[in-house]
Amino acid sequence: MPEPILVIDNVSKVYPGRRGMFGRSAEVQALKGISIAVDRGESFGLVGESGSGKTTLTRSILHLEQPTSGRILFEGRDLATLSGAELRRLRARVQIVFQDPYASLNPRMTVQDIVTEPMVVHQDVLGLGGRQRTERAAELLSLVGLGPQHLRRYPHEFSGGQRQRICIARALASGPELLLLDEPTSALDVSVQAQVLNLLCDLQDRLGLTYFFISHDLAVVRYLCSRVALIYRGELVEEGETGRIFDAPETEYAQMLIGAMPEISVPR
Amino acid sequence: MDAPLLAIRDLHLTMSSFDGEAHVLNGIELTVRRGEIWGLVGESGCGKSLTGLSISRLLPSPPARYLRGEIRFEGRDMLKLPISAVVALRGKKIGMIFQDPTTNLNPAYRIGEQLVDVALAAASHDPTILDCPPRAGRRERKRAARRLAAAMLDRVGIPNPEARLDNYPHEFSGGMRQRVLIAMALIGRPDLLIADEPTTALDVSVQAQILKLLKGTVADHDIGVILITHNLGVVAQTCTNVAVMYAGNIVESGPVAEVIERPAHPYTRALMAAIPTKETRRGALQGLGGTVPNLIAPPPGCRFAPRCPLTIPACTRALPPAVDIGAGHTAACIRVEEERAAVHA
Repeated sequence: MPEPILVIDNVSKVYPGRRGMFGRSAEVQALKGISIAVDRGESFGLVGESGSGKTTLTRSILHLEQPTSGRILFEGRDLATLSGAELRRLRARVQIVFQDPYASLNPRMTVQDIVTEPMVVHQDVLGLGGRQRTERAAELLSLVGLGPQHLRRYPHEFSGGQRQRICIARALASGPELLLLDEPTSALDVSVQAQVLNLLCDLQDRLGLTYFFISHDLAVVRYLCSRVALIYRGELVEEGETGRIFDAPETEYAQMLIGAMPEISVPR
Repeated sequence: MDAPLLAIRDLHLTMSSFDGEAHVLNGIELTVRRGEIWGLVGESGCGKSLTGLSISRLLPSPPARYLRGEIRFEGRDMLKLPISAVVALRGKKIGMIFQDPTTNLNPAYRIGEQLVDVALAAASHDPTILDCPPRAGRRERKRAARRLAAAMLDRVGIPNPEARLDNYPHEFSGGMRQRVLIAMALIGRPDLLIADEPTTALDVSVQAQILKLLKGTVADHDIGVILITHNLGVVAQTCTNVAVMYAGNIVESGPVAEVIERPAHPYTRALMAAIPTKETRRGALQGLGGTVPNLIAPPPGCRFAPRCPLTIPACTRALPPAVDIGAGHTAACIRVEEERAAVHA
């Protein structure tokens, strides 16, 4: 069996309480012993409601948060043991697409600057010169369904769906293997969401990417992901094949969550 | 049949902008009766919220300008009433709930004070809601309003309502705040409730509870509801009727089972095909190309024609009228008859 690309091994995170005027507030246990393994080339869905720890876990994978205990391994290497330079090189291979395409693009940068920025940051890994970067940016834009004519434009000239395509192009710029998708379609209309989901499927087939897809939209997760993990209040509640989880959820929480899904069929 | 609670007829609304006048509502027809929950669905920018806001006259004018049409609420035309009369209806006969529960409560006042305020204002219109003697003093009325506020919080499922009245909004979670807003909208015993994306910011489990609450309220009090949402799943689970909007027009409307099971307008079908269901194979989801048209210079004829897979030259000649296709189901598409014939053949 091949080695998983990402292993989350018994990770816990405790935020200490804030010291304020009236003493220290209670500490918050955001993650409680979460263990997940993501295989290369699969789409893994992480589902949880607000406050369940989705964001903390995502930030931990990017090593933007250090877990209080437990390990996060990318291709078998513990992120906590890496030096600053090694961590930076690794980040070229793990990228993220955020939820809100209106907030995650710098309004003062052109699309070309936005898409080539990761190539500049990861110059030592990619080794692309100025002209190559522009060419690569044009390629990436056509890959996500835009074109080289968009390079000189600014984010405000694009619709929400187009902006999310730019975010995806930027995430792909450093040639990642693992893409963290943090609710990438929840700010979009359904018709546009469908296009972005299709783009994501298409890109995965073409580039062999691994997706770690974070969402509270069960219908989207069922559509895109092959395996799903449900977390609730920082704990892993249930994990398994998408079909099994949706058809025969075992835990009470999963049954409640899947039962609450507003399906497009008229109740009889 | 008795007179409808709300009847919108041929409503045309324009909004002026720097680039010109945008024709944002283009002949809206909608009839809501007591006991009905109407879902208004469509993509962003198709006029759902503007329709809701127009009913309670919440659009500032300018930029809003009503070209023609009427909005009859219990027989009276809201567009012709003096604004003071409309204000007197808000929060009393017409309740409203908006999308974002965090910005609709005043952070500086306790939940109880805010609910009591609304209750007292509503009582000035209909003293019976407080359930206290007609000559009651101010303090007695206030106490009655507080009792009512606690009872409302209890009804929307907030545990320990008496104590919760003294909390501030920040001490409530998002779902709880939305319940407080629902309680606030219902405290004046409205006849019509307009809920604009009331569950969009909430988790699915909370959403399911809120929608159940909404259905229960309609059953208990025989009110009419307009539920504005972009989620067809929410409509299918909650509404009795649905109106699908596109670029300022209602393109299809009817009883919810009828529209969901036999969508007749190509836009409704496209919307439904864009939502992943249990049967959708990976990569087989159908997006809808193009974007909502510019309403300053809308395309001629049917506004959906530029994105529609069934467009023929006749589509761009005139705005298609709503065609009655039986069982209260209408669709504004000139090809609806031949399409249905083809399906049933």
